[in-house]
Amino acid sequence: MDFAVNLMLGFVGIVLINNFVFTKFLGTCPYLGVSGRLDMAFGMGLAVTFVTTLAGALTWLIDNLFLIPYHLEITRYVCYILVIAGAVQLVEMYLKKFFPPLYESFGIFLPLITTNCVILGLCLFLNLWEIRSFLMAVVLSFGAGMGFTMAICIMAGIRENLEMADIPECLKGAPITLITAGLLTLGFMGFAGMIK
Amino acid sequence: MSENNEMTVGGAFLGGIWTEIPVLRLMLGLCPTLAVTTSVKSGLTMGLCVVFVLICSNAVVSMMRNLLKPHLRILMFTLTIAAFVTIADMYLKAFQPEMSLKLGAYIPLIIVNCIIIARAEACAAKNGVLVSVVDGLAMGIGFTMVLCFLGAIREVLATGCISFSDTAVLTILNPVDKGGWFTPCTAMIMPVGAFVTLGLILGAVNQLSRKKA
Repeated sequence: MDFAVNLMLGFVGIVLINNFVFTKFLGTCPYLGVSGRLDMAFGMGLAVTFVTTLAGALTWLIDNLFLIPYHLEITRYVCYILVIAGAVQLVEMYLKKFFPPLYESFGIFLPLITTNCVILGLCLFLNLWEIRSFLMAVVLSFGAGMGFTMAICIMAGIRENLEMADIPECLKGAPITLITAGLLTLGFMGFAGMIK
Repeated sequence: MSENNEMTVGGAFLGGIWTEIPVLRLMLGLCPTLAVTTSVKSGLTMGLCVVFVLICSNAVVSMMRNLLKPHLRILMFTLTIAAFVTIADMYLKAFQPEMSLKLGAYIPLIIVNCIIIARAEACAAKNGVLVSVVDGLAMGIGFTMVLCFLGAIREVLATGCISFSDTAVLTILNPVDKGGWFTPCTAMIMPVGAFVTLGLILGAVNQLSRKKA
């Protein structure tokens, strides 16, 4: 029972309180780049969630079954990036073969995910936080992806309305997006301290 | 980038430190920019790591540019970069343990810093070794300048001074708790400060370059 509660808390924590975009600045590039339209943002979010869960689970397994027992920690970064690039490639090939419509709708996002910091960041943090249970690692990976999806969807919703707003000429585009993101983080700071 | 994809050494250098300064003009590499600029010192450390990785990876990518298969290109880039980031990370752990602890996961995250992959793709994969190295150096310096500038603004507004080590502290605004007048604004070292400061800087840069044009 304790374990189940811990899993729940871990999930809520990583989605709301330690949201990767708002507190750790991971995935800021797509967060600002792809958040122009809500449907695209949602597609990107789902693709990232899927790959994050897969890559988080795989890197955890490799780390704990292979790298740590054989003292190969020095190759960790190379292994992680290989796993992530491989996972993205696999997902891309699988979708292309079996779900062509879904593949079409993801379009350019899939290859871009390789260089999304959320995924590598999550794998590194799983290691840094010394998560020693596989189930917890999977739940946290999924949570990180969901947190990213939530953040990018909120941002896209705001930006669709910003198009109508009267902004000073020099702040149009990226600057106003960054300031909006700042205000959003301020809002999310309200969640801090909710879970001890 | 120049139209015919042939770059000169001087052009590459100028491009990196002003006309195509990363972060401000290309909007690349935002994650580390926002995350590590809580102080000048961490910004500088991060910047120097990026300079090192950028020069080395540009040189290696440039040397093997004729051997690359197009569809394996990105994978080879990231693997090269990962190898050099491991070196930088181990160096920091050995000689700057304090900074290494503070920057934590953001050093390995240099691997997915878009600047480095973008330079490998846009410059090193098309140009000779010398131009690529100069391009890496210039882009790295441009990146470091922005990091230090942003770090300086945030650190001064949050604490009133810039500290390089425990003893070398440069007081700019005299804070209240040391008998001065300036009330430190803690929000500046929080995520909010990062986003809003960068947004305003970008706005200012836009305004300046529009006047010139």
